[in-house]
Amino acid sequence: MKKALMIAAALALTTSAAAAGKLEIFSWWSGDEGPALDALIKVYKQKYPSVAVDNATVSGGAGTNAKAVLKTRMLGGTPPDSFQAHAGQELIGTWVVANRMEDLSGLFKSEGWDKAFPKDLVRLISSKGGIWSVPVNVHRSNVMWYNPAKLKAWGVTVPKTWPEFLKTCSTLKAKGVAAPLVVGENWTQQHLWESVAIGTLGAKGWEDLWSGKLKFTDPRVVGVFTTFGKVMDCANKDASGLSWQQASDRVISGQSAFNIMGDWAAGYFTTTKKLAPNTGFGWAPAPGTTKTFVMLADSFGLPKGAKNRAEALNWLKVLGSKAGQDAFNPLKGSIAARTDSDLSKYNTYSRSAAADWKSNKIVGSLVHGAVAPESFMSAFGTVIDQYVASRNSSGAAAAAQQLAARAGIGK
Amino acid sequence: MKGLSKDRLWSVAVLLPSVLLIAVFVYGFIARSVYVSMTDWGNDPTQALALDPVIRFIGLANYQDLFTGFLQGRFRQELVSTVFFTAFFILGCLGLGLGLALILDRNPRGEGLWRTIFLFPMSLSFIVTGTIWRWMLQPGGGVNQAPTLFGGQPSTFPWLSSTEAIWKFDWNKLPLLTATVVAVVLIVVAVRALRAGDRRRTLVAALCAALLLGWALFVAPNLKLLPAPELHGFNLALIGIIIAAVWQMSGYTMALYLAGLRGIPEELREAAKVDGAGDLGMYRHVIFPLLAPISLSAMIVLGHISLKIFDLVYAMSGPDNINTSVPALNMYLTSFRQNQFALGAAIGTILLVLVAFVIVPYLASQFRGEEGHA
Repeated sequence: MKKALMIAAALALTTSAAAAGKLEIFSWWSGDEGPALDALIKVYKQKYPSVAVDNATVSGGAGTNAKAVLKTRMLGGTPPDSFQAHAGQELIGTWVVANRMEDLSGLFKSEGWDKAFPKDLVRLISSKGGIWSVPVNVHRSNVMWYNPAKLKAWGVTVPKTWPEFLKTCSTLKAKGVAAPLVVGENWTQQHLWESVAIGTLGAKGWEDLWSGKLKFTDPRVVGVFTTFGKVMDCANKDASGLSWQQASDRVISGQSAFNIMGDWAAGYFTTTKKLAPNTGFGWAPAPGTTKTFVMLADSFGLPKGAKNRAEALNWLKVLGSKAGQDAFNPLKGSIAARTDSDLSKYNTYSRSAAADWKSNKIVGSLVHGAVAPESFMSAFGTVIDQYVASRNSSGAAAAAQQLAARAGIGK
Repeated sequence: MKGLSKDRLWSVAVLLPSVLLIAVFVYGFIARSVYVSMTDWGNDPTQALALDPVIRFIGLANYQDLFTGFLQGRFRQELVSTVFFTAFFILGCLGLGLGLALILDRNPRGEGLWRTIFLFPMSLSFIVTGTIWRWMLQPGGGVNQAPTLFGGQPSTFPWLSSTEAIWKFDWNKLPLLTATVVAVVLIVVAVRALRAGDRRRTLVAALCAALLLGWALFVAPNLKLLPAPELHGFNLALIGIIIAAVWQMSGYTMALYLAGLRGIPEELREAAKVDGAGDLGMYRHVIFPLLAPISLSAMIVLGHISLKIFDLVYAMSGPDNINTSVPALNMYLTSFRQNQFALGAAIGTILLVLVAFVIVPYLASQFRGEEGHA
């Protein structure tokens, strides 16, 4: 018996030695998103069958838990070979400024990704002359969802600008809709603020805000807060108790008319709620943001000191490839970051989003980490909460400006 | 038994490892946290997570920022919330626990079963309690639907999502308020000392009270912590969390009180009866005074739980709801989401000091008690 065990152990050793290497992938994709990640790993395994893939997922929505674990690992000097981060400033403002990431511009050049990804996107994931992560998927954050049948019954159309929205809001209120707009917990309110800001400032003004050319204390930005306050007056009062799914439910049930949420809501409506696009639920760009695609993306980077650097580079190549992105995105409910993806694999909503992705102006989302570092975003949630309670526009703007200075925005 | 007997060597050898471990992993880390709280680690994003960060010593600037900084209003509200939460949580647990214990003390039928039922919530973790109560306190469900069982209208009270606050006061008045409260306490001490005939104590207490009141009246009004008034009060959204916390911990106080009640000798009760005490009089003059030490221990245990509370709030209303936030939650977010390690350490240190305020006097009295008995 003992002997058999010894032999088995020896065999196990030799087989693992025969495997060409190991790769640890660190992400927060579990549950609904797990199968999408598995599909990606399958593509990788087909190309590199001898590599043992360690799927180190830390579950928890939007990566709150994963990010804390990642921080301890990085500070402790054992970085994963490749880890997930929201593309843009969330990675750049946290890890790139700390000089912890490898520059991937070489990879972008050799794989021809400069041309495969839209220019606006490449700009969002670059800083200090480097490109820092490979975006796998793209989500759109500025989408307004509604219930077409209900809008018809109320006799209103989808508002195109925020002033028009406020008018529609008072019409609906007069018809007895207590909360024409539904919002949920804190981050969904930040999400709404972002759409109000882009709809008011325009894409150019939004970019200036994050490059430091436009100060938060500027009267135009103070005006954004004021408009946001008016929009919040159209919203439900029990916001902080609702998850985004519960908020979306109220649009479907007809308790509220509109909801501004990212396009993962489309997946929720079609898969969980079994609704047909265009009849069960409808969508439009958030007021004032037609022809603008506010994007967020999940991406993977290469930390300095990764143990299996070569395997990690291969992994990144798979992530950026057409095959990898087309395997992942239809399952995740997002669209490919590449502009040459196979649209026949996607559903009705995603096809319309993919068309916009190719033609629209692309800007980054605040609440999902594309334009501002985590340190700003996390504290900005408090500013929004305090604003909702106090309705002091100039105070909120001044606080946001201090946060921006502290986070080094515009430096 | 002098010198190094074998027994003594053994005891040192057995104790040494844990003493060393505690010295490093408790006191060493406390010292390190306090040191970090006086640095600028994390204020500069390029240094926060660098491999070899440049960290400078900046003294008490982080504390100053927390108490007077423009951006730290959330922390100040959390301190105020903690005070209210602690007060209501302790009162609720003591009241409910005592009530249940008094009922059980009358030996109702199936007493063992009831005891188990009331004590059971304590076996759950706060995260489980929080999740259950989160469902029950949903705006459109659970507790709010209860009236429909009796044919009434569903209630609409926003348990966890209320943004209302009552008993608001301006943070700028905090020095004034604190000084006044302490002065009032000192006056009470002085009056009691006077009655007891302790002249020196009366004088010292009265003098301190006068000094504080004078300071509160003449200096404090000119002291401005913040450029603009900042109102903080008791957020109504906390009520839901207090209910859940009381539900979880009142079984524990019940067990303590029940043990205390059972420990009161029957002779005392009989003697009280012989002296003509009615039911009420017996409780007031005999039983409650004997339960006082139990109340004190329960207050200490509950007090430090409530100061450190984190998981219950996280589960019930999420990390980003400032109306129900507590300092421990803020410490976690500041350190691990905003990468402001020094500021996070400062919040942690403040929490430690608050807990020490509760624990140290208790420990001191315990030690004294033990020495007295020995």
